[in-house]
Amino acid sequence: METDWIMGLLGGLLIGLGGAVFLLVNGRIMGASGLIGGLVDGSGKSNALERLSFLLGVATLPVLLWPLVGPIDTHITTNLAVLAAAGLLVGVGTRLANGCTSGHGVCGISRLSLRGIVATAFYIGAGGLTVVLFRHLLGVI
Amino acid sequence: MRNLFALLAGGLFGAGLMISGMTDTAKVQGWLDVFGDWDPTLAFVMGGAILPMTLAWTLTRRRAAPALGGAFPPPPEPKLGHNLVLGSVLFGMGWGLAGLCPGPAIAALSYGGPGLYIFVAAMLLGMRAAPRLRSRLDRALQAE
Repeated sequence: METDWIMGLLGGLLIGLGGAVFLLVNGRIMGASGLIGGLVDGSGKSNALERLSFLLGVATLPVLLWPLVGPIDTHITTNLAVLAAAGLLVGVGTRLANGCTSGHGVCGISRLSLRGIVATAFYIGAGGLTVVLFRHLLGVI
Repeated sequence: MRNLFALLAGGLFGAGLMISGMTDTAKVQGWLDVFGDWDPTLAFVMGGAILPMTLAWTLTRRRAAPALGGAFPPPPEPKLGHNLVLGSVLFGMGWGLAGLCPGPAIAALSYGGPGLYIFVAAMLLGMRAAPRLRSRLDRALQAE
């Protein structure tokens, strides 16, 4: 358990360092949903290459770490309906709210943005209720 | 040069998500599940990430511009609005259902398996549909 917390803290510092580099060097806010969404809906055409480079880094660096961190079990559900519904909700929700855990959570809270704090309170609240409902009452997840 | 640093920032983000355990859906759902065997890891990840970011925001106030030119992001919008609240609630529901949010979904692409591809495909569809949904919502609420 304690190793999980230490790895969590270390990983968190790396996440924050990535956000700091993106802000101080590129002048951009590190928000995963905004960076992806801009490519999907065309609103981010003017800096598409910068967005793609960022996402390429997100997807490929974990491959290089495989030998060190070992195989990671994502424990992802095999329920196709749950996966599809969850993906749709995450996609629509993050774009409506203009941010997710990285943009509103990490980058927003750290600058004491009211929008970031309110968004985080709502997605954590909704997430908690959803897990309680679908795990303990319905037994689906 | 901008792309190189974007790649580096993304790499740090992806590596951090992987080693922190945030690509393990069980840990994320374990943190949200306050009535189960609660897993506090996510709080350590958030705290660890907010620390360097707070420092970075402080530095932006002392510098005129980002290292590679351009401008720093404008101050946060003070208005909250229905889209922020409704969007965050929908996002939270999806996050709880699968234990995945956009960052970790991309970070786990190389090892998440077919289930992850279904999630990502649905997420991209949702992102594509969002602008239309947003303008409909705005119109409906304005009409009232």
